[in-house]
Amino acid sequence: MNDTARTIARDGFVIEPEDRRAIEHERDHYEQPQAACIEALKIVQRRHGWVPDAAIPAIAEVLGVGPADVEGVATFYSLIFRQPVGRHVILVCDSSSCFLNDYEELRDALSAELGIGFGQTTADGRFTLLPVCCLGACDRGPTLMIDDCTYGPVAPGDVADLLEGFA
Amino acid sequence: MSVTRYHSQLRQSAAERRAETHPLTWRLRDDGARIGLDEYVGKDGYAAVREVLNRQSPDDVVATMKEANVRGRGGAGFSAGMKWSLTMKGGSIPRGYLVCNADEMEPGTFKDRLLLEQQPHLLIEGMILGAYANHSRYGYIFLRGEYVEAARAVQQALDEAREAGWLGDDIAGSGFDFDIALHTGAGRYICGEETALISSLEGKRANPRAKPPFPGQSGAWGKPTVVNNVETFCNAPAVMAHGAKWYQDLSGELSNDGGTKLFGVSGKVERTGLWELPIGTPGRELLERAGGLRDGKALKTWLPGGGSTGFLLPEHLDSALDFDTIGKLGSRLGTGLLTVVNEDQSVLSLVRNLEQFFARESCGWCTPCRDGLPWTVKLLQALERGEGERGDVELLDKLADDLGPGKTFCAHAPGAAMPLASALQYFRDEFERGVTHPPRTAHADPIPVGQI
Repeated sequence: MNDTARTIARDGFVIEPEDRRAIEHERDHYEQPQAACIEALKIVQRRHGWVPDAAIPAIAEVLGVGPADVEGVATFYSLIFRQPVGRHVILVCDSSSCFLNDYEELRDALSAELGIGFGQTTADGRFTLLPVCCLGACDRGPTLMIDDCTYGPVAPGDVADLLEGFA
Repeated sequence: MSVTRYHSQLRQSAAERRAETHPLTWRLRDDGARIGLDEYVGKDGYAAVREVLNRQSPDDVVATMKEANVRGRGGAGFSAGMKWSLTMKGGSIPRGYLVCNADEMEPGTFKDRLLLEQQPHLLIEGMILGAYANHSRYGYIFLRGEYVEAARAVQQALDEAREAGWLGDDIAGSGFDFDIALHTGAGRYICGEETALISSLEGKRANPRAKPPFPGQSGAWGKPTVVNNVETFCNAPAVMAHGAKWYQDLSGELSNDGGTKLFGVSGKVERTGLWELPIGTPGRELLERAGGLRDGKALKTWLPGGGSTGFLLPEHLDSALDFDTIGKLGSRLGTGLLTVVNEDQSVLSLVRNLEQFFARESCGWCTPCRDGLPWTVKLLQALERGEGERGDVELLDKLADDLGPGKTFCAHAPGAAMPLASALQYFRDEFERGVTHPPRTAHADPIPVGQI
């Protein structure tokens, strides 16, 4: 169990004051508070790496909406993580242009290097591997994103070097 | 390290780009750095806003956009001027919203990224003109969450524009007030569908809504809402600065559609990339600019504008890349970024990849899409393994038909059906080669759909 999970198990989920202020600030950008729901989930995720179940009613309370509305949103969007993820998330583009540029070889090289498949996290908690919709970098496929950065083209032989830069 | 960070890049040098011929990209720098406010203003930026807001009426803007025939660059090709003329405004109608669809996720499409990262002020200027025309009170730029660099560029530009008085109250001394916020998404292709985008903006699941009412009548929070693509808005400043005739003349004899288009090529070609060219430029010229196919391979087929457009053949390369011409060929111009397939690549596998994408990205709201797409994937996978049953190809015909226009809630499933139907038409032998078994119920049964 990581630190976040331990805290929640012991104390219930508490939204940090700074995050609460950030959510309230976002809420003011819209006509109705529900609109800040996705951003609120992202704010919580930035702090904890993922969105634990216990965060849902806490976010709902800040926004003044029902927990089911927040849960419905949290389970819909692919970049909201509902399980713990690694310190770095690798998003591999699996769409048509990358597919035509041998994406499958890149995917297999990543799996082999990390010893995991899509949706899994390495045992050392370093990487989570996920597929992603066309990254809009098709002129340099195959492409992937690690955290906030997009890379391409990434040849299968580049994988080990590329990953080495991430602690 | 041998792997480079991705940076959006235009394939035309500054020497080739001029204000009179390249309204979208003439200001861009060869080094790809973002055009800041000072540089933008120094190159006539915001001149159209100052001129139009002080000297023209909102109806004038709509009329000019209509006459210029700026067709929606998100892929649907609907006239922006026409859309703007249908927005409810005036009298007791509350001022609504103007939303920029920057949720670029169409497979094979990488054009809006360039404009967002390198020239966000052009987008902001276009949105101000759009807001003026549509009587919008507030704007949102709905940006996909993965475009991190674009988010930084857009946010900086919004701050600069607000600081300089191009956003906020009394813009350019005109008395018109309008502001824009950046809204970043959290994934899911369906957010790019106009009404799903509005649902997502409201903080809900991105399910599309029934039309009518159209967003121009009742959109975000029940108010009139105008949604246009990044590139569409980016056309507005030059149209308003130089007029509809000038814009029409950019494409000259090539097309009835006006203006230029950000075209691109991806796939195994020598020089992938982006070019701003007159709309109606033939695919052959694009392929030549891309240096032809890599390793001397022959062209097998191509998609003219993303994963939701229909396959075309080498013989279609001389047709004008515009909405009507490509439409008449049974495909769609879509986003205008070509995906090139060479002679060694399997259309069956590519279609399987595309349908996996559409199946995963279905919002699940209506049955043909939610259940029909995974079923399609299951059949395609069986054919790919050479384990298809007699009747499977005909079943795919039926699925392509059942997922077609008018049978589902939004355009997602019809978008998925188009590459499928055209592949079945042009490359039927590839599908039929996968049929090796007598008819049984396994593949005719949609359940279980299995892993997609």
